[in-house]
Amino acid sequence: MSHDQDHDHAHVHRFPPRPDQDDTLTYYRAMETAVRELLIDKGVITADDVRRQVEDMDGRNAGRGAKMVARAWLDLAYKQRMLANGSKAAEEIGLDVGPLKLVVVENTSSVHNVIVCTLCSCYPRMLLGLPPDWYKSRNYRSRMVREPRAVLAEFGTVIPPDVAIRVHDSTADMRYLVVPKRPTGTENWSEAELARLVTRDSMIGVALANEV
Amino acid sequence: MPDAVAHRFQIGDRVKVREAYPIGHVRTPYYVRGKCGVIERVCGAFPNPEELAYAREGRPAQPLYRVRFLQRELWTDYAGQPVDVVEVEIYQHWLEAEGPQP
Repeated sequence: MSHDQDHDHAHVHRFPPRPDQDDTLTYYRAMETAVRELLIDKGVITADDVRRQVEDMDGRNAGRGAKMVARAWLDLAYKQRMLANGSKAAEEIGLDVGPLKLVVVENTSSVHNVIVCTLCSCYPRMLLGLPPDWYKSRNYRSRMVREPRAVLAEFGTVIPPDVAIRVHDSTADMRYLVVPKRPTGTENWSEAELARLVTRDSMIGVALANEV
Repeated sequence: MPDAVAHRFQIGDRVKVREAYPIGHVRTPYYVRGKCGVIERVCGAFPNPEELAYAREGRPAQPLYRVRFLQRELWTDYAGQPVDVVEVEIYQHWLEAEGPQP
């Protein structure tokens, strides 16, 4: 029996197709297309340059931040350099953060840090990749500075009353990375093993690092 | 014209955010305007975003600070713990010196 005959035609169309999201030519979408086509026509950039940039942006992920955190867990001197100057510490282990001014904050037994950008959606993309949709939502942005303990609890992260919450509102030229607490039971782990416990959300501060 | 305005505040200084509502692109959130906090760190000087947004140079650059606010000073009905804080980046031209905490 051929593959086609396995399928009931009605079954294939049971779900309506998701509408395209690129079908509305808004003002800024038209402007982006016009500027891009002009730059390509004039030989300033090529279509392949544009594609390559998009590929690079999509290729960045939280593994970069996790590498920094795992290194900090293993190397106290590195952690101190990182807390003093995050951008330099990133460069030190071969992570290009571009013009980003990185501030690294550390969770301890007395302080829990969490990042938000109330004005827009500033995010350390060079270290964590593209931000999750909820990070850009009005709900998260307005409530995290107003009732952080309630918002964290909705993420499943309940912070004890004797631990201070420190919310960082990323309003200007700095970008932030949280070093979560190192899980117990990881005493002899390698950097690569530790890095696997460091999730994106734990570096935003809405979660803890994965337990062993 | 100098490249950057000299910085006026040091770590630990108490400051008050100007309570002003100018039109245009402003990066000082509403919820801290008129509120007092403490300088947590000096971040350096950056071109003024209120000028950059309109294709100007933003020079001289404005010193930028991280200011720490007690949640209870921002929200009278704050439901968390008294030790909870918010830290916000604020440019110098939005800050005024404030006396010691009463």
